[in-house]
Amino acid sequence: MDSRLTSITRRRLLQTGLAAGAASVFASPALAQLRIVVSGASFTPLPIAIPDFQSSDPTFGREVAEIVRANLRRSGLFAPLDQAALPQQVGNVGATPDFNIWRGVNVDAVVMGQVERAGAIQASVRLWDTQAGEQVVGQQHQTGGEAWRRIAHIVSDTIYKSLTGEGGYFDTRVVYVSESGPKANRIKRLAVMDQDGANIQYLTEGRSLALTPRYSPSQNMLAYMNYEEGRPRIYLLNMATGQQQRIGDFGAMTFSPRFSPDGQTLAFSVETGGTTNLYAMPVGGQNPTQLTNSAAIDTSPSYSPDGAYITFESDRGGTPQIYVMGATGGGAQRISYGEGSYATPVWSPLGDLIAFTRLQGGQFHIGTMKPDGSGERILASSFHMEGPTWAPNGRVLMYFSDPGGDGGPRLYTVDVWGRNNVQIPTETFASDPAWSPLLS
Amino acid sequence: MRSFAPMISTAKAMALVLLLVTVAACARTPGSGADGEATPGSQQEFLVTIGDRVFFETDSSVITADGQATLNNQATWLNRYTNYRIVIEGHADERGTREYNIALGARRAAAVVNYLVSRGVNSSRITSRSFGKERPVAICNDISCWSQNRRAVTVLQ
Repeated sequence: MDSRLTSITRRRLLQTGLAAGAASVFASPALAQLRIVVSGASFTPLPIAIPDFQSSDPTFGREVAEIVRANLRRSGLFAPLDQAALPQQVGNVGATPDFNIWRGVNVDAVVMGQVERAGAIQASVRLWDTQAGEQVVGQQHQTGGEAWRRIAHIVSDTIYKSLTGEGGYFDTRVVYVSESGPKANRIKRLAVMDQDGANIQYLTEGRSLALTPRYSPSQNMLAYMNYEEGRPRIYLLNMATGQQQRIGDFGAMTFSPRFSPDGQTLAFSVETGGTTNLYAMPVGGQNPTQLTNSAAIDTSPSYSPDGAYITFESDRGGTPQIYVMGATGGGAQRISYGEGSYATPVWSPLGDLIAFTRLQGGQFHIGTMKPDGSGERILASSFHMEGPTWAPNGRVLMYFSDPGGDGGPRLYTVDVWGRNNVQIPTETFASDPAWSPLLS
Repeated sequence: MRSFAPMISTAKAMALVLLLVTVAACARTPGSGADGEATPGSQQEFLVTIGDRVFFETDSSVITADGQATLNNQATWLNRYTNYRIVIEGHADERGTREYNIALGARRAAAVVNYLVSRGVNSSRITSRSFGKERPVAICNDISCWSQNRRAVTVLQ
């Protein structure tokens, strides 16, 4: 009974840490004590041991474990023990661990895994609470042999979910704009990769500028903007077949597409005579509905997760700012009021926050605010950064940052507490990331 | 909610044109020495003696006094040599976000189109497109470059 309580308490510590981190965004005095647990340097990532996975192919077992360790380390919530310090180099899913050994190296959790590759990939994993001496979770997973890295991401999600109480985000992909060549005439084409930068595939050839890809919730379709016909037009790209088609010839230019949460509707900008307004159209439809009717620039629409609202960017008040309106248009309310200007609002899949780009003081910033505009929090700043996209668990953002000059943009992730800002490696310059939903 | 058809707001476009033509500007005398080799009516002459581009202030699509002088010369030249079709390419500097800058480039291009039309250039000859900040001409991290990239370029076809 005691150990059971201990187990729950320790696990709750990490979960509370996450919740308190989120709460601190809104600076509620009542939560001051919890904030001490997680704010700044006082947040301690959970020490965890992940020996290589048991396998008839030991190299494969090590590769899978390394992906899991890298995922959890990059999340910032876990501190995987260095391999050299592990008292046991290879896991054993069949036995109860000797908890004294693991307590001796000061880890609170240990992951024992086994993985085999025989056509399909099969993995078994058990997560143990070393202090309580109890199993937290035990699961078996299977994936197709061609996508073997996915098994490591699925296992990572299992561990992350079990210990944080949040949704996972490792078994996901990111579509982005790959950039190469001199800055004045840079080739920009679509690419897709795993969220950790592996398995890069190129989706367009680079003959024409391809920008701002956005995932359909169904994951099998992208909307993006292409200069194929000389002027920007929105295209729908079928990821499975590679086929694509223009959504229609509306106005002088169509751009800035975003799917509704049910995937049935596409919101986008239409420019005519220098004025840009928002429209929405059923995917596959031909008659868009006008949502805004200003003489300004209205762009970057993003739906709330329940589909009832759209947040967007407009300079109708003089400078670009963030607004929220009903999803069928009308009643737009400005929600950003800080110094400078605000752009690229993106609604969190959890609904609790809107991420944005802010230009202020000669710098660019990535931040979040509540949908009513309160609780603004800046997560990262640099000479130039923009384009946040949410991980499906609503706890991590990816964006791109550019040092300027002849250099080029790179992709970074940061969590909603502003911790853990890390670059995601890509073989070219990269911009406009769009995070997929969970694959599994 | 409105249907798609009545998208072009004629009133707004007219208002913009009126705003732009209220400020008079004198035409500059084209240079006549160094460009001696340019054939009259050639694209080279347009580039060298008239100037193919105008520049904008930060986040602005208002045609500056210098810009008006250049566009007045362009209009005179284009009205003389009516064999060309014209594409106005609008651009923005890198100190803005990608999607907004695509719209801003379009707004700048539209301002130039409206100005040229107000100076008698037949609107059926002109189209426009925006490149946002995707095609800079000057590469550095300060105002000397950004001011060159905030531009609208008149391309002859």
